[in-house]
Amino acid sequence: MALSGLFLCSFLVIHLTINLFALQANHDKTAESFWGAEMFETYGHFMATHPVIRPLEWGLFAGFLLHAILGIYLYLLNRKARPVQYEVNKAGENSTWSSRFGWLTGILVGVFLVVHVNTFFVQSRFFGQEPMIRLMIEAFSSPAYVAFYMVALVFLAYHLKHGFQSAFQTFGLRAGKFEKLVNAVGVVFWLLIPIGFAIIPLYFLFAY
Amino acid sequence: MSENTMTIKLKIWRQKDRNSGGQLVTYTMPGVSPDMSFLEMLDLLNLDLVRKGEDAVAFDHDCREGICGTCSLYINGRAHGPLRGVTACQLHMRTFHDGETIVIEPWRAKPFPIIKDLVVDRSAFDRIMAVGGFISVKTGGTPDGNAIPIAKPVAEEAMDAAACIGCGACVAACKNGSAMLFVSAKVSQLALLPQGHAERKARVEAMVAQMDEEGFGNCSNTYACEAECPKNISVEHIARLNREYLRAKFIQE
Ligand code: HEM
Ligand code: FES
Repeated sequence: MALSGLFLCSFLVIHLTINLFALQANHDKTAESFWGAEMFETYGHFMATHPVIRPLEWGLFAGFLLHAILGIYLYLLNRKARPVQYEVNKAGENSTWSSRFGWLTGILVGVFLVVHVNTFFVQSRFFGQEPMIRLMIEAFSSPAYVAFYMVALVFLAYHLKHGFQSAFQTFGLRAGKFEKLVNAVGVVFWLLIPIGFAIIPLYFLFAY
Repeated sequence: MSENTMTIKLKIWRQKDRNSGGQLVTYTMPGVSPDMSFLEMLDLLNLDLVRKGEDAVAFDHDCREGICGTCSLYINGRAHGPLRGVTACQLHMRTFHDGETIVIEPWRAKPFPIIKDLVVDRSAFDRIMAVGGFISVKTGGTPDGNAIPIAKPVAEEAMDAAACIGCGACVAACKNGSAMLFVSAKVSQLALLPQGHAERKARVEAMVAQMDEEGFGNCSNTYACEAECPKNISVEHIARLNREYLRAKFIQE
């Protein structure tokens, strides 16, 4: 669980890094010649066609599947440890929402991912001749679609607020001197990365 | 004794035996002094029930001073009630107000079956202890205290872990019914000290295996256990248990 979670975290970093290049598209609306947009398309092309990356893509897909199946399986298994629920239970007084509802925020991120992958990955890989940047400009011109992204990113933030440090606790590394480090890097993951992702659709909606 | 007494409405889980169903039964208790302990208040209720020829409410208690780990009440949705670092027996009625409704339930977890009313069977903990929560020492002369040097901070931390009284509040509070805080305290306490090192690998493997066998859930790090532990055992011990486990599985021969 923890391994698959951290694997997905590492993917987020790469995904965000490449996507932020797309912001440069503004400087040249044809999105053909500017450095950032070019980088974005080059990387995108590289990612889509390189013989090493293709197997990694399957690895990523498998990683998501494993993470989701394992997570939901453990959630259901753990429910069995308490067959009769309390009549009154004030869990909010002893633990955070994000820690108790990791399964729910995970599933909601999963729902988002289906839509997200369909909009971009499936379109460009199987149907489209259009460059990715065109797909982005098109998709993010809809306020409803952008709003959907914002909500999904809030769920991702909550998922990682608990998940990131939880994975380190599982490896026994959230202790002593490491605790502060894990918490600090955790803030980067649960707060800064979702904000980074949020900038992109907002930018295309409002500033492009 | 304080002059002004309170009237308390109690909703208590009544269950005849292991195999029966149960339900919350309401009792109104006048004349409750704020100076009473929570268990004294229950004694008073039982006195009244016995006088009326009814069945007394069964609840676990022994030392009534927070050191034995016997008391085990889920009070108003919290293990050992609303205060932090306090067992149910150390809770006083001054924590509650006149006219308040107090819901009392037993610990709820599959490995802790209800025996009667508020009493649960916690022998699952005993079985976990029996497979590794000890050190094997040959009898003989007592070694000199200074012969085994232990750094002060290490001794302190081992003592913090050893403060666990095995009440099961961690299991009761955990949404997964996980016993990780209990097992981690017991493993930690011995893993930190030289006397515990000889059986380090076998201990953690056996205790974790027994914990799973008993049907406790898996830890998902909500840290509700730490918040509800009457002895304030830290989840740092869970991190240590995880390290001990990984060490036993992958490093130590
Ligand atoms: C970018 C996507 C995702 C990332 C980076 C991520 C990361 C993580 C991390 C680090 C953990 C903590 C692991 C641990 O405590 O040992 C976790 C837990 C979990 N994740 Fe994800 N996750 C993602 C998507 C998903 C999806 C799509 C699902 C779909 C169902 C999901 C379901 C779960 C569940 C059920 C848990 C366990 C939560 C708990 O019991 O506290 N996650 N995730
Ligand atoms: S009765 Fe001993 S700890 Fe409460």
